[in-house]
Amino acid sequence: MNGAALCLAGDAALLALAVAGAPTSARPLGRPLVYGGSLVLSLALLAVAAEALLFGGPGASLVLPLGLPWVGARFSLDALSAFFLVVVNLSAAAASLYALGYGRHEHDPQRVLPFFPAFLAGMNLVLVAADAYTFLLSWEFMSLASWALVMAHHRDGQNARAGYVYLVMASFGTFALLIAFALLAGLDGHFAFEAIRAAPPAATVAILALVAALVGAGSKAGLAPLHVWLPLAHPAAPSHVSALMSGAMTKVAVYAFIRIAFDLAGPPDWRFSIPVLVVGAASGLIGVLQALMDADLKRVLAYSTIENIGLIFVGLGLAYAFRASGLDAAAALAMTAALLHVFNHALFKSLLFFGSGAVLTATGERRLNRLGGLLNRMPATGLFMLVGAAAISALPPLNGFVSEWMILQAVLLSPALPQWTLKILAPAVGASVALTAALAAACFVRAFGIPFLGRPRSDAAAKAEEVDRISLAAMGGLALLCLIFGIFPGQAIDALRAAVDQAIGAHMPTQSSIAWLSIEPVAASRSSYNGLLVALFIALSAIMAATIIHRFATAALRRAPAWDCGFPDPAPNTQYSAESFSQPVRRVFGRIAFTPEERIDMPRPGETRAAYFDLRLGDRIWTTGYLPILKVVERAATLLNHLQFLTIRQYLSVVFGALVALLVVLASWP
Amino acid sequence: MKGLAFDVSHLLAGGLVLLSFVQLYQNRLYALLNVYSLQAFVLALSVAWQAFVQDESHLYVTAFIAFLFKAIVVPTALHRVIVQLGIQRDVENVVGVGPTMLAGLALVALAEVVMLRIAGDADVLAREDLAFALSVVLLGLLMMVVRRNAVSMVVGFMSLENGLILAAAGAKGMPLVVEISVAFSVLVALVVIGVFLFRISETFATVDAEALDSFRDGRR
Repeated sequence: MNGAALCLAGDAALLALAVAGAPTSARPLGRPLVYGGSLVLSLALLAVAAEALLFGGPGASLVLPLGLPWVGARFSLDALSAFFLVVVNLSAAAASLYALGYGRHEHDPQRVLPFFPAFLAGMNLVLVAADAYTFLLSWEFMSLASWALVMAHHRDGQNARAGYVYLVMASFGTFALLIAFALLAGLDGHFAFEAIRAAPPAATVAILALVAALVGAGSKAGLAPLHVWLPLAHPAAPSHVSALMSGAMTKVAVYAFIRIAFDLAGPPDWRFSIPVLVVGAASGLIGVLQALMDADLKRVLAYSTIENIGLIFVGLGLAYAFRASGLDAAAALAMTAALLHVFNHALFKSLLFFGSGAVLTATGERRLNRLGGLLNRMPATGLFMLVGAAAISALPPLNGFVSEWMILQAVLLSPALPQWTLKILAPAVGASVALTAALAAACFVRAFGIPFLGRPRSDAAAKAEEVDRISLAAMGGLALLCLIFGIFPGQAIDALRAAVDQAIGAHMPTQSSIAWLSIEPVAASRSSYNGLLVALFIALSAIMAATIIHRFATAALRRAPAWDCGFPDPAPNTQYSAESFSQPVRRVFGRIAFTPEERIDMPRPGETRAAYFDLRLGDRIWTTGYLPILKVVERAATLLNHLQFLTIRQYLSVVFGALVALLVVLASWP
Repeated sequence: MKGLAFDVSHLLAGGLVLLSFVQLYQNRLYALLNVYSLQAFVLALSVAWQAFVQDESHLYVTAFIAFLFKAIVVPTALHRVIVQLGIQRDVENVVGVGPTMLAGLALVALAEVVMLRIAGDADVLAREDLAFALSVVLLGLLMMVVRRNAVSMVVGFMSLENGLILAAAGAKGMPLVVEISVAFSVLVALVVIGVFLFRISETFATVDAEALDSFRDGRR
């Protein structure tokens, strides 16, 4: 039986589970049934996809007599789909396992359980679809299922608005993709991917289609300036769904972009790499700056997703530029780096969202300034969050370092490009990637330090309890994977070979045969990295430091109050807060993307009232890019609204007038 | 025979258009109904003539249906509606008779031009039939637009339906099923509109459709 058929069978089983989840969701049986079933099916799909990625030859395909009459519903499982299926189903399996424990605290299970497997099935279907109609249908299904999950807690705060903005932006993105596919299909309507591949569009049409694809896939992935829905919608969903939306669904959008730009749109044109690089670098910077400013743990993680998607698109833009100039080895490196970052980000972002869900369960709080000292109360969650934070900050020996390092290695190859525009642009993009990585580290020092270190800033944080073992197992498994893929990057790079081959037509040299687990992306003389060595060094130096301190430090241990500058104040609010930590960055970079407004209300000497510090952050992109559009739409809607209140005769006259006008056009058509 | 066939069908279809014009300036409901009844009778004749010319016996059935329902049943029913509602008074024209007639002329000219353009190379008999049918449809719509009274709107709608049947009969090989369904749809529309009229008059004590709007205005 071929892989595509197996994948479809898995998706059908997930949909059946979604249907079965509807009536049982209110009962205690529903949660283990749905999440257990999702776990088993995701693992099965993961096995099918991994088999296809590692050992699969040419893609298996399948045509079902559904969909458009002359196209049918086509599905295929090639290496590129298989890689993304691995990413999605690994995240899905982890999320299902986590939800077996976490879902216990869900107060509206019937709003989550039926949609969760449907969402998984939607993502899987997008990845195996092999014609434009099936692709867009699955894409829309995925969007709607995730929208239903975002609206699960629709009575809380801003969630209804988040769902609305998400719905509008998702429709806009699908519309852009529709245009992209229409342009690719041409006038004859070759909607099957095979037919598009066989007859690629003309160069100018292809550029238009690529821009539409960048807009459509980019709005789903969260590229600036189309990212506004993402930090609203991702945190609004239950945490395991947030993890899937950030870890997996944004990757499905990356897949859509790769599929169109590298597979369907014909021979590459180097000029298209400019918008990809610029938008990627801008998303990275804007995402990480927003993440640094925000005071809500889950929103910080959502903004960080924008940053990582930006890095991935920088890698893709480089791969596109290299491929357009025939530098296949460099293109393969950039593409491998981007795909590896896709995989790594799915791992650590899921881990971090699970951790934030655990914090939410334990304390009922997402605001950083109400947390603190959780490492003492939740040591295991704290450790796993620390691993995730270190991985996303690109610290060796974890996996995040490998892919970001490889992206920078690809940037270093850019002087080989023949176009002067790109020769100048690529290093600038590289600099902004470096800045982004540094700011990301600062961001996650803050996102980990404020909630887990220091003293509790609220009663809820002081009384937090460790979460259940199943949730911990899911987080622990992901943390372990982060470490494994950091130490064995060569094996991961070699596993991506088939997918990169399909997108670029070339692949990186084999890495797993190099001694001592080193990787050498270009040549040994240029640069190499050994995760094992770094891990051993870190472990050895840590053990040595601990031994020295315990062995040789003075035994006369004395506990005393810390020096408090002569100001003995026991209130935990005097600690560093989330805002104070980000203040230097806000002062330096804040005015670029935000309109920060700090107001200090200081009582005069002698007054006994409290002083206040009020910080408001406005989003420049929202006020300059979106509000004018909103105003125009509102005005047009008000004008059109009059059409709803015509008299019967006026309605008849409108119909009559339209008919006569059409007939006149018909009569006078040249 | 060909010349005669064409002349007679031209005469009958032209008669339909003429009667549509006659409807446009009727300002009494009974007179309007009588003209409508006459138009339906001419329609039945025209369809029967088509049946004879095309040698299609099922068109005789269509002609009979048109005669029975459109010339007798529907006008009688509307007559009773008018009597029951007690509205045997003048019809108010919204636009004056002169401009209405001029607009009607323009519409007929438009229909002719359109048909010449899109069916210039078709059979002359079918083309002229279609042009007259389109004229009748447009005049029926015009009637619905310029009248305020709901009963005359209904008559305009029925007159529009006459145009459709003329077109259906003129096209060769149109199956009987279609025509029967068209006839029944008109009947259903009559029933619905009848009920609708009674509801309006019960609620607002008038069949002036503007009353509905004034009611909705209050909720704007």
